[in-house]
Amino acid sequence: MLQKRTSGMYESFVRSGRETHATHYCAGCGHGIIHKIVAEALAEMGLQDRTIMVNPIGCSVFGYYYWDCGNIGAAHGRAQAVATAINRTLRDAIVIAYQGDGDLAAIGFNNTFQAASRGEHMAVFFANNAIYGMTGGQMAPTSLAGMRTMTSPAGRDPGHEGYPMRVCEVLNQLKAPVYIERVSVADTPRIMRARRAVRKALEIQREGKGYAFVEFISPCPTSVGMDPVRASRFCMEEMEREFPLGCLRDHSEEALPRAPRASAPTVPQFFGQEADIETAAPAPDPAFRERRLKFAGFGGQGVMSLGVCVAEAARMERRFTTWFPSYGPEQRGGAAACSVVVAGQAIGSPAVDRPDVLVCMSLPAYERFVGLVAPGGTVVVDDSVPCRVAAPAGVRVVALPATRLATSLGAPKAANTLMLAALGRLEVTGLSRGSLLRALDASFRNKPALAEKNRALFAEAEAWIDAHPWGAQSE
Amino acid sequence: MSEEESAAEGGEVRLPRPLIDADECKSCGRCVAACPKACLRLSDRLNLRGVRPVEYTGRGCTGCAACYYNCPEPYVITVQKP
Repeated sequence: MLQKRTSGMYESFVRSGRETHATHYCAGCGHGIIHKIVAEALAEMGLQDRTIMVNPIGCSVFGYYYWDCGNIGAAHGRAQAVATAINRTLRDAIVIAYQGDGDLAAIGFNNTFQAASRGEHMAVFFANNAIYGMTGGQMAPTSLAGMRTMTSPAGRDPGHEGYPMRVCEVLNQLKAPVYIERVSVADTPRIMRARRAVRKALEIQREGKGYAFVEFISPCPTSVGMDPVRASRFCMEEMEREFPLGCLRDHSEEALPRAPRASAPTVPQFFGQEADIETAAPAPDPAFRERRLKFAGFGGQGVMSLGVCVAEAARMERRFTTWFPSYGPEQRGGAAACSVVVAGQAIGSPAVDRPDVLVCMSLPAYERFVGLVAPGGTVVVDDSVPCRVAAPAGVRVVALPATRLATSLGAPKAANTLMLAALGRLEVTGLSRGSLLRALDASFRNKPALAEKNRALFAEAEAWIDAHPWGAQSE
Repeated sequence: MSEEESAAEGGEVRLPRPLIDADECKSCGRCVAACPKACLRLSDRLNLRGVRPVEYTGRGCTGCAACYYNCPEPYVITVQKP
């Protein structure tokens, strides 16, 4: 006995702890029909395990309750930015952005346009019902001229509110998209055409050929204020006049599958260094205590390269490490900070909110970050900074005359090297002196004279530190 | 009892027919409008949702699945095709 039954969706839907077999959609909503034909195609094409669906804001925000595939939520309008990140990270994934007209054509239109222009590898399924459904029937960019909505009670006046936006036609001006088609789910023949368009868009993804865009004219009986059967007639008789159905573009025959990705640059390559230093993968070491460091000061003081140096030393010791910059409004002279994590296993987040080690080269940096240092942590601060704000209890503060010393040694820009030496002597990075020195050398790989000079400064700083015991400096 | 009615009662003769989960039906009526054989109608009874669910008249189904595709709900209509 054959059955035509929904496939590709969960057997039951658990929402707010309750299990149901019904969607959250209103009676007669087009979303359910589109959901079913997308799910059916994913199941029949065997793509469920490779698919990541991106659900942004709109009535379809709860797509993850229904589709039995990978699902990720996105901020309003950002589905195609998120989908871009996914398809660039997971190249074998089939990535689908499922968006309504408020999300795709209003708040997210630039994301849509740019992703289409870049020809990102994704299928975009766009439900156009000519109105904002979720928020209660306000005018959308796709609302028809003369259409009454909550925010155009006298009917949309193109002279005042503009004309409905034809998204397929706009995207058809771009070079990159491979496939653009407008379909409808208003009646059976149209749904059959929509099923073929869904499969076409997914085939293009399966073959890695590029950007496929399918717009569905979809009824929203609740917000257009019609019974479901009339709302479907509205789709066919009114909406299709503005949004004619059909395939605007199909380059799927000529499009070439995506080229294999060039390998990502290594950290040394990224920073313009030769790749002659070892690039061994990190070695897991669960016993290693994770160190979270923050480096902060003004741009130009070298806090960014100081962070890079510590991360580079960690890499040389085959630790897991991240370096994460955060610039102020302008790089040189503005606030600059970076976060470095050194760990014995994969790092969850490169952001450091509660540092174990804080290196401050400026007063604003000190005052902004000192309160965040974790108990038992260490603050190393340039002694030109007046420490008027007390560090939290249990946090050691060490003042080092890095800028003064560097200036007296004829290298005012090398205060960061002195800070590096201090981190080594304080033994707060979990990294050896040898690695820190090798990383320092590496940062001056293309300037051997400076490497020599900085090694000398590193040693001078150590000598100064040894002559001025830390105990006398703290608090 | 006709062959169709016998099938509807679960008799031996298996003909195409829609299987309906009446309590999940939201009574939108799309399937009724879409059925080319006009063999669906809204019931006179109310379901647990308090609306009139679709029901099969008991004869005429060809198993075309137009009702299935027009139904926005995933699990209200399953079409049985012998």
